[in-house]
Amino acid sequence: MPSFVIAEKCDGCKGQDKTACMYACPNDLMFLDKERMKAVNLDPSQCWECLCCVKACPQQAMDLRGYADFVPLGASCVPLRGSDSIMWTVKFRNGMTKRFKFPIRTTEEGSAVPDGGFVEENTDINSLNLFSEPSSLKLPAVWTYKK
Amino acid sequence: MPMNFETVEVTTDLLIIGGGMGACGAAVEAAYWGKKHGLKVTLVDKASMPRSGAVGMGLSAINLYVGLAEGRNTVQDYVRYVKGDMMGIARDDLVANIARHVDSSVHMFEKWGLPLWKDEEGNYVHEGKWQLMISGESYKVIVAEAAKNALGEENIYERVFITEPLLKDGKCVGAVGFSVRENKFYVFKAKATLCAMGGTVGVFKPKSTGEGAGRSWYPPFSTGSSAYFTMKAGAEMSSQEVRFVPIRFKDAYGPVGAWFLLFKSRATNAMGENYMETRADELKKFGVYGSIKPIPANLRNHLGLLDVQEGKGPLFMRTEEAIANLAKAYEGDEKAFKKKMKSLENEAWEDFLDMTIAQALLWAATNVQPEERSSEIAAAEPYFISSHSGSSGAWISGPEDLSAGSDYFWGYANMTTVPGLFAAGDASGNCPHKFSSGTHAEGRIAGKSACKYILENNTLLEVEPSVVEEMKAITYKPLEIYEQYSGFSTDPQVNPNYILPKQFMFRLQKLMDEYVGGANVYFCMNSASLERAAELFEFLKEDSEKLAAKDIYELLRVWENKHRMWQAESHLRAVTFRDETRWPGYYIRTDKPVIDEENWHCFVNMKWDPQTKEWSVFKRPVIDMFDVKF
Ligand SMILES: Cc1cc2nc3c(=O)[nH]c(=O)nc-3n(C[C@H](O)[C@H](O)[C@H](O)COP(=O)(O)OP(=O)(O)OC[C@H]3O[C@@H](n4cnc5c(N)ncnc54)[C@H](O)[C@@H]3O)c2cc1C
Ligand code: SF4
Ligand code: SF4
Repeated sequence: MPSFVIAEKCDGCKGQDKTACMYACPNDLMFLDKERMKAVNLDPSQCWECLCCVKACPQQAMDLRGYADFVPLGASCVPLRGSDSIMWTVKFRNGMTKRFKFPIRTTEEGSAVPDGGFVEENTDINSLNLFSEPSSLKLPAVWTYKK
Repeated sequence: MPMNFETVEVTTDLLIIGGGMGACGAAVEAAYWGKKHGLKVTLVDKASMPRSGAVGMGLSAINLYVGLAEGRNTVQDYVRYVKGDMMGIARDDLVANIARHVDSSVHMFEKWGLPLWKDEEGNYVHEGKWQLMISGESYKVIVAEAAKNALGEENIYERVFITEPLLKDGKCVGAVGFSVRENKFYVFKAKATLCAMGGTVGVFKPKSTGEGAGRSWYPPFSTGSSAYFTMKAGAEMSSQEVRFVPIRFKDAYGPVGAWFLLFKSRATNAMGENYMETRADELKKFGVYGSIKPIPANLRNHLGLLDVQEGKGPLFMRTEEAIANLAKAYEGDEKAFKKKMKSLENEAWEDFLDMTIAQALLWAATNVQPEERSSEIAAAEPYFISSHSGSSGAWISGPEDLSAGSDYFWGYANMTTVPGLFAAGDASGNCPHKFSSGTHAEGRIAGKSACKYILENNTLLEVEPSVVEEMKAITYKPLEIYEQYSGFSTDPQVNPNYILPKQFMFRLQKLMDEYVGGANVYFCMNSASLERAAELFEFLKEDSEKLAAKDIYELLRVWENKHRMWQAESHLRAVTFRDETRWPGYYIRTDKPVIDEENWHCFVNMKWDPQTKEWSVFKRPVIDMFDVKF
């Protein structure tokens, strides 16, 4: 199944209201089986393999097994997402391994200021400017068509 | 009713529906004007904002950056590009409005923390004329964070699926929906409503089956809610015939943009021939659009598909050739060459790991190293996404300074023909190629415009309580049907009294695939197949009343499919109405195989009337506003 939960590693996020994987999935596929305290992917055939759940799991209890109808077995693509970068370990079917590290953000988590520092005084809802413009355009004014 | 569902009422000024790129743009913008003018802004998303929508996985490029400050391109250049790619059918005013604001959103993304690639001089790395390279694993996380910081958590409702618009006196006055986690029915009352629920996937049978059915290129959780919501409100729709069929890396649908633009790769057929060269003559059939540069995406598809139909497939992306060409300049200097090869390898893998992890896994599972061998490419199934290379969506007003005095202006930018209802991103039609960044900018345009509308039309209209009660009953009816009948058979999956959402989806997909030009028939259709489709569609619509759900999770799937069905029906009506073939490569009307500029250089618009419950389909003019010539 596309994303799957390793039974041994999942602790059901210790029975919290919403588990990390349930919170993350954009398709509402992750479900906590309260009796076993284990998460499951409810419908692998609607899974996009976006790995949002895998990246979010605090126990690294989730992984990806490629779509059974076209992906041969034996490979893996495992992310480890930190606060400013993500590490990928890609294992090939033939045993070869490659590692990649990419930046994910340049600022502290949570710190995004809505206007991005492009502060405008005297804004007017009837002008052509959106709230951070024109400075956020790095231009003196918003373009308009002159016939 | 099988369970007890509490009704929760939320009264607000502006309601933003969706939490994707468009909605996040609308949120940062409307929060500002709302604060300034004392308006309350509320957002509702069926998922959770950091990962919801089409950018949830991440992206490796920002596909629209005009670069006005750099002096790279002009707004008119962009209008020319978009209109050309759409075979002449686009709204100049809407495309220009996005183009003039999009750089602002991109500069804000950078400040918020999105890593944009920079060259040695500190300039953005351009993928092609309009695209910037990014390390975008957390693109959506960052954009959603700014939106949340602007709105405040208390004004955001996550995991609430919006089912229907609330209507009063011909206006949109809010929306209803249900929590997918709790037994709660939500009624949002608003003075203006902004629809940004993304595009539609799953109308056509996917090429992958079984477990792989979720591997669509666009996400399977784009389920037509924007189209449904605007249509049910009675909004005029446009370009519902314009679907997008992407050519992607075969099976896992890895994007091709970086390979064509950044790596300058070629695509060839199995014989090593470049179909763009061997089939160049075919382009002459499509008038001026066959001769413009870049060649429209659908025409490029068309030439490749002709090769495949002639048995010259599979098609290949020549990755090894492209990488070899790029590294050639470093030959002779072993160290520099190795370094270049390493960085190209990194870039190739990052492209997929950032936005289509399934493709990276497929490479690893089939022992493919892109610098060593080619990968197959193929056409996917059709999708409806007006932020990309599709165009379907609501017919919206242009901005006053560009559109006033024309048929394209009725007071507020991005307002649909229903007062109080605004649309952006995949929800608004005829301004394609806005992608993630342009959608964000468009959300901002719509968010500001909706605030202006509220200030000038400051009344809260409410529907009668009985109407809300009826909507609640309709929302949960599938649970009731299941409870009533499921005991009749020993296997609740097979029951003559109802249809479960998954099977309903398969039926819709089979119908659309076989009669309305899906992948299995090489995107071909004709009037006879469309007539047959219309006939079968009536049965499907009747049976949609018998959709059943055993729990709230399945109820979500029921409603997604009810929404999909409307996107499908409007598409069927539009392709039937447009009596020509304008976008081969996306679809071919085999009974009308050529382009007909004289009669069809126009928009196909349509409307479902909430009073009479009847459809009308008609033409609207394409206006040349900025003297853009081909
Ligand atoms: C694989 C892939 C590659 C792409 N590559 C690029 C690229 O390189 N560069 C680029 O710029 N763009 C790219 N795009 C395009 C970009 O993702 C879209 O243009 C953009 O996300 C559209 O924004 P939107 O707001 O219209 O929809 P989305 O971002 O999809 O948002 C839709 C929102 O609506 C919510 N929703 C849906 N239904 C309901 C409902 N009934 N009730 C409540 N909420 C609902 C969803 O949860 C989501 O929050 C790519 C997309 C994909 C999938
Ligand atoms: S996030 Fe991980 S540990 Fe928590 S419930 Fe999901 S799989 Fe289990
Ligand atoms: S991979 Fe994505 S779609 Fe699949 S379960 Fe995880 S979060 Fe959901």
